[in-house]
Amino acid sequence: MSAENLPHIPFAEDLYQTLLQQLKQQQSLGNKFELAGLASGGAWVAERLAKDLGLPLYGVINVSFHRDDYAEKGVKAFNSAEGMSTKLPFDVEGAHVILVDDVLDTGRTVRAALNELFDYGRPAKVDLAVLADRHRRQLPVDATFKGAKVSVADDQILVLDQADDGQFLFTTETK
Amino acid sequence: MTKIAKIVKSASQLQLNEQGELTHLLTLEGLSKEHIFHILDTAKQFVAVSESDREVKKVPLLRGKNVFNLFFENSTRTRTTFELAAKRLSADVVNLDIQTSSTAKGETLLDTIDNLVAMQADIFVVRHKTTGAAVEVAAHVPPHVHVINAGDGTNQHPTQGLLDMYTMRHFKEDFTKIKVAIIGDIVHSRVAKSNIHALTTLGCPEIRAIGPESLLPKDLNMMGVKIYNNIEEGLKDVDVVMTLRIQKERMEAGQVPEGDEFFKQWGLTSERLKLAKPDAIVMHPGPMNRGVEIDSEVADGPQAVILKQVTFGIAVRMAVMSIVAGN
Repeated sequence: MSAENLPHIPFAEDLYQTLLQQLKQQQSLGNKFELAGLASGGAWVAERLAKDLGLPLYGVINVSFHRDDYAEKGVKAFNSAEGMSTKLPFDVEGAHVILVDDVLDTGRTVRAALNELFDYGRPAKVDLAVLADRHRRQLPVDATFKGAKVSVADDQILVLDQADDGQFLFTTETK
Repeated sequence: MTKIAKIVKSASQLQLNEQGELTHLLTLEGLSKEHIFHILDTAKQFVAVSESDREVKKVPLLRGKNVFNLFFENSTRTRTTFELAAKRLSADVVNLDIQTSSTAKGETLLDTIDNLVAMQADIFVVRHKTTGAAVEVAAHVPPHVHVINAGDGTNQHPTQGLLDMYTMRHFKEDFTKIKVAIIGDIVHSRVAKSNIHALTTLGCPEIRAIGPESLLPKDLNMMGVKIYNNIEEGLKDVDVVMTLRIQKERMEAGQVPEGDEFFKQWGLTSERLKLAKPDAIVMHPGPMNRGVEIDSEVADGPQAVILKQVTFGIAVRMAVMSIVAGN
């Protein structure tokens, strides 16, 4: 296969800038919100968004405890969170929380993240912000804010990397 | 090969499935560094479940699973922390009161197990006075049932060993840079054995055993443990001091001097603790005999991490249960 025929890998930096503009617009409308990034890729995005939006803090959500594939995979699924534990340094009760992830795909991770979030209190409102939407939903979940819809070959997973200077890059790995 | 050696060998093989994953936890002897670190890393995640900002201190991993606590020997701390760990994983827990059960009426251990398997048991937590009891149960149960050894005779107490490793890692970080002294009744202590096996596997360069000759096993040298019959020498420059409970039966049998006399020779006092590194931690698996193996001043002092061990014990047991039940 020639290079031109390879499925297009989205430019994570472009997606990030698009997402950042959408959240800046929310701020300019006077909407107050807290960011909570899904470990580990979403947590990196939330960290950078918090900095660029001038927010003093951001939360991290580890979905491991609420994953629906424990019976199949056991705790091996825990490893993807790279040891990040859930830390929500704001009062969840009554807050407007924007969950942040790198890729929205089946929607299962978001379902687990909602359960984890609600273990900490009852937020007033929850939105979802993602860099890339692969749109292969298995649950009724959608993102309020997204960098772009992307299409990647079905047998590929999109992996977010962050360079030392903070820049994002998507690569693909075969499942 | 002696009978016990056979049991130990089969225990380390029996606890892994065909993929080499942990499906029972029976012994720390022969358990790889990777497995131990996997348990400690998983436990770290579970510590967060009991933190104060989390309103729901429970996770759904073992929802719908039945955990049976089978304690043929008394224990408050271990049984309670296993029960709490199972409940925090949303399992249903049944504590069998063995004193009044069918076993007391003459039913064999394996008959009891068969009956509980018929009641859809998923995990057995077994404490028994006989070496190898948990191994026997693990060899007997169908493949979907998991067995955790909560202490067998004078042989092994793997979850205590693991929570001790968790505690040392929490305070000292690197096992390859610490000196650990274990004081007291090592020959009868399954806790000491589990700790020595785990520390050796994790690369601890110096393990010391301190105590009267009658309480130290003969094969310690073979295990790479340094023997000290003088507590002052043994404590010099160590990072971790682990005191063990001295059982009254040993004193009554004349194997060690009684109460005060034992304390004079082997008790951990503030004076003696000063010989260790200034930031050394003091551990004890409980229950403590104040004024026998440890002075109250030390047990309640700033270097004691004894209650931390208890708290970490819940997270470590959650990790072990969720790992074996998932494999």
